Amino acid sequence: MIYREAGQFKTTYAGDQAIFPILQDRVFVGLVALAAFVAVPLLANEYWLQAILIPFLIYALAAIGLNLLTGYAGLLSLGTGGFMAVGAYSAFKLATAFPWLNVILVFVLAGVCAAGVGLLFGIPSLRIKGFYLAVATLAAQFFLIWLFNKVGWFVNYAPSGTATAPPRTMLGVMVTGPQATAPVRYLVALGLVVLFALVAKNLVRGRIGRSWMAIRDRDIAAEIIGVRPLRTKLLAFAISSFYCGVAGAELLFLYLGSVETLAFDINLSFLILFMVIIGGLGSILGSFLGAAFIVLVPIFLTNVPNWIGLDMRTDTQKHLELMIFGGLIIFFLIVEPHGLARLWQITKEKLRLWPFPH
Amino acid sequence: MTEASGPLLSVEDISVRFGALMALSRVSVEVHRREILAIIGPNGAGKTTLLNVVSGFYHPYEGRIRFEGRDRTSLKPPDVAELGIARTFQNVALFRGMSVLDNIMTGRLLKMGGHFLLDAVWYGPARRQELAHRAAVERIIDFLEIQAIRKTPAGRLPYGLQKRVELARALAAEPKLLLLDEPMAGMNVEEKEDMCRFILDVNSEFGTTIALIEHDMGVVMDISDRVVVLDYGRKIADGPPEQVRKDQAVLDAYLGVAHD
Repeated sequence: MIYREAGQFKTTYAGDQAIFPILQDRVFVGLVALAAFVAVPLLANEYWLQAILIPFLIYALAAIGLNLLTGYAGLLSLGTGGFMAVGAYSAFKLATAFPWLNVILVFVLAGVCAAGVGLLFGIPSLRIKGFYLAVATLAAQFFLIWLFNKVGWFVNYAPSGTATAPPRTMLGVMVTGPQATAPVRYLVALGLVVLFALVAKNLVRGRIGRSWMAIRDRDIAAEIIGVRPLRTKLLAFAISSFYCGVAGAELLFLYLGSVETLAFDINLSFLILFMVIIGGLGSILGSFLGAAFIVLVPIFLTNVPNWIGLDMRTDTQKHLELMIFGGLIIFFLIVEPHGLARLWQITKEKLRLWPFPH
Repeated sequence: MTEASGPLLSVEDISVRFGALMALSRVSVEVHRREILAIIGPNGAGKTTLLNVVSGFYHPYEGRIRFEGRDRTSLKPPDVAELGIARTFQNVALFRGMSVLDNIMTGRLLKMGGHFLLDAVWYGPARRQELAHRAAVERIIDFLEIQAIRKTPAGRLPYGLQKRVELARALAAEPKLLLLDEPMAGMNVEEKEDMCRFILDVNSEFGTTIALIEHDMGVVMDISDRVVVLDYGRKIADGPPEQVRKDQAVLDAYLGVAHD
């Protein structure tokens, strides 16, 4: 940092417990928010919004959800895609059954449905841990996808088997459907992710986050303090699935427009898990960094051959992209297992002393 | 009520067995209000098992446990915590990924409540509650002289400080009964002196009843009001330190008996 906390003394505990205790951080975050809410919708083109920023925001929301469960409560889950599917399909059902329902309310209710399903599949977590729990959540993933494939009711018996986001307006502006413009959908996704990121931060810095981390770090010591494992773990599953459900609903309504169950298959679960691991387990900022990494790196790798004037066949390029991407993930895990968020923290610590490291 | 004058905790004739091994057989111990009770005995005597039974990790197959006069033999650890019993562990059991401050704040979990949706917006009662408990935790931090490390992750601290933070976490619950499992194991003389001072201060300033397991006989004789000696899962002595020190059964257990 060019700046540091020197001279900024806290005289109240409220000041010390703020999310951004340092003045310069607050200014910086304010500027980023201003740019994201005002400058980007005005300046960015359709491609940037549709191909990069909207998926980034939606994945970031799902990554926050999984991070609450895996990073904070220490419960490994491979069911993210399934829970997102629950969100998407219940949002579809709600929006088509009750056309007058506000679309934001649809998202929230879809999240609540996903939370209920997550709660159900979280029950085994009391008895099983680690890899075994991951396998149990994997079962949730496959079961849910199978269910949405099999039961036509979920897509209103559409012969194509796809769920299509119905056009809905909010404050007189088209938010979903084919006529909704990219900047509008971007702003809705941004607003939701900012709101829910704040909520997540408030949860993890308080009583509930501490009980999750206590269960994660030392469950026996947590119990003797009074943390009830079942209640705590189920709350983590419910809230995490809520986030994933909202993200799934957004994926359908704001990004893809229409989906088949293939969009929520096991690959999506792994993708979100990669974001959480690369971004940093147990960090809200890390969820954003991880989502940005996973969204940006493939696009970057696709464009590199063009920039350096290399003529390459598309399939070669695609394969190369996968190889480099996989290599990067492994490299990151070896060099910094705590992810980009930890790397950022180390940089800040180093810069505090710079240029006099001793 | 007669309970108010009776012992805070009474363990009555409890037995615990692991398979064929009798870890505890018909042990009775009373812990009186405001005293410091030391539980000593050779390795494998059943001291930690006794503590684990009291904190609800094991359940005795016979015997009863009463706390403040009420039977509470088969409670789970979180229920035990709600009664007002806190403990530390032999091999430090801190939440390593959390800061010292968060570790101690977690100790106050049972004193906090409210709906999680209020926590989510960090507003009103949730925020006031967080600040009030922070103030209480800061008093404990001052008391144990760990101000300088409050933002350090617990896993990065040296062993002696970890032990102190674990004591702080247990104290944060404002327990009626504090169980300490070898609070001074692996410490050097100065750290032991500090820890002794803290234990005595906790006892005299907060009026907390303390039951501790300790191997350092010097410490035990200095700070405890009463000593219980276990050997092979049986209680072999119970009384003031001076008396226990001269007890023939205790000497035999520690030094061995001549078989002639």
